[in-house]
Amino acid sequence: MTYHERFDKRAFDEMRPMSAKVGIVPRADGSAMFQIGKTIAYATVYGPRDLHPKFMQNPMTGILRVNYNMMPFSGHGERVRPGGGRRSKEISMVIQNALLPVLNLKDYPNAVVDVFIELPQTDAGTRCAAITAAAMALADAGLEMKDLVAAVAAGRVEDKIVMDLNYLEDSHEDGCDIPVAVMPSSGKITLLQMDGEISPAMLKEAISKARDACKKIYEVQKQALKARFLQL
Amino acid sequence: MTENVLVKDKEIVVPGEPLAQGMSFLPGPGTYRDGDRILAQRLGMVSVEGKVVKLIALSGRYSPKIKDKVIGKVIDVLMTGWRLDIASPYSAVMTLKDATSEFIPRGADLTQYYGLGDSVVCQIVNVTSQKLIDVSMKGPGLRKLRGGRFIEVSPLKVPRIIGKDGSMVGMIKNATKCEIIVGQNGIIWFDGAPEMEVIAVNAVKKICDEAHLGGLTQRIADFLKESTGVDVAQGGAQ
Repeated sequence: MTYHERFDKRAFDEMRPMSAKVGIVPRADGSAMFQIGKTIAYATVYGPRDLHPKFMQNPMTGILRVNYNMMPFSGHGERVRPGGGRRSKEISMVIQNALLPVLNLKDYPNAVVDVFIELPQTDAGTRCAAITAAAMALADAGLEMKDLVAAVAAGRVEDKIVMDLNYLEDSHEDGCDIPVAVMPSSGKITLLQMDGEISPAMLKEAISKARDACKKIYEVQKQALKARFLQL
Repeated sequence: MTENVLVKDKEIVVPGEPLAQGMSFLPGPGTYRDGDRILAQRLGMVSVEGKVVKLIALSGRYSPKIKDKVIGKVIDVLMTGWRLDIASPYSAVMTLKDATSEFIPRGADLTQYYGLGDSVVCQIVNVTSQKLIDVSMKGPGLRKLRGGRFIEVSPLKVPRIIGKDGSMVGMIKNATKCEIIVGQNGIIWFDGAPEMEVIAVNAVKKICDEAHLGGLTQRIADFLKESTGVDVAQGGAQ
C-alpha cells in the first residue's frame, strides 16, 4: 500500500498555511505568535532579569529558561491535564537547547531570560511552532542573537517523505516524525529528534527537505519582525 | 570578489541577516563578522557610516551606563545603604556615603532617609563586569521624588523625548507648567496640576508612538496648543 495523496490534499513537501505576528503582548519584553495550520503557538519573553532560586545563577553568563505548555482545551477532544508533566518538561528542555546556540547572554551574568510558550490549539508540530515563535519573541526582546531559528516537523508516512505533519499523519501507524530546527542563515541544525523508524537514505532526504521548508518559515518570521516596526 | 553593502540604509533587519560582503567593511555595534560577510546580531535598523556597518537597537531593556541619570525605586534597605530598582536587568545599590552629605550615625534607622517604595533621581557612578551597579545622589538635581506620577517608556525613546538640548521636554514643561524628570532608564516623573499632568503624559506617549516619523516637534507643539491653549512654538521653549 502506498500513500498516494495526503489526508488534507497537500503536496508532499507543502506546509500548512502559516501566519506570524510579533509584539502581541505589550507588557512582555518580547512576544510573538506563530500559526501553522491548526497549530498555534504564543511565546513571550521576560528579561534578562534577576534569577531566583539563587543556586541556579551562573556568574559566567545569563541562562535561558523555557516553559512549554499545551492548554487544557488545545487538543482533540481529550483534555490535556493542566500544569507541567513529563512530556512538557522534556519539550521545554529540547526547545531551550534548540534556542541556546543562537543566543549570546554573556553580557548578563547571574540573570535569566524567561520564555513562556502557550499553545491554545494544537494539531501536531507543536514543538516546532513553539521554537519558531520563541525565536521571534527573543529577537523582539532585543537580545543579542547570531541568527533566528526556524523549525518544522519532517517525517515519513508509508513510502513518502512529508513536511509539516498534521495529527492524522503524525499518528499514522506506519510512519515517522522528525522535528528539525535550523539556523536559517548558516543552515546549521539545532534540534533533531525522531519518533518511529526510517531508512538512512530517507532520513537524509527528509532532513534536506526540512532545511528547504525552514527557509520558507524564515521568510514568514522575517516579515513578521519587520512588520512590527514598519507599522509603528 | 565583489564588495558591497547588501541592505539599504535605515532598513530594519533581523538577527542573522547579511548586511555587507567584503573584508573592507567593519562590523560596528550590533553586528558581527562571519567569514567575509557582516551579519546582524540583533533586531535593529541599519546605519552605514563610511566603512562601518552598525545597527541601531529598536527594542530591549535599559542597560546601565556610567553617568546616566536614572529614576530608581527603593526595593530593599541594606546594612549600609539601599537597593534600588532601576528598570534594568540588575538592581543598583546606593551606599550611605553616596546617599546624603548629612552625617548618619552608626546603627541609625536608614528608613528615616529613604524608605521602601520611595523614588529617587540618582546617577550611576559605577558598573562592574558582574553588573554590580553603584548609584549616587550627590550632584545637582539629584533628589527624592515626592508626589507626582510615574510612567515607564522604552529607554530607546528617551533621547527623542528629551530632544536636542532638552527642547522637546522643555516644550512640554512650558505648555503644561509641570515639573518633568526623564530618567535614562525610561522612567519619567511628572508633577503639576492633575489635568496638566495628564496632558504631559499623553504628549510623552505620543512622542513614543511617533518617534520614527519626521516633523515630530511640530506635531507635539500642535497637540500641546490644542490641549492647553499655550502656543509653545512661538518661542515659548528656549
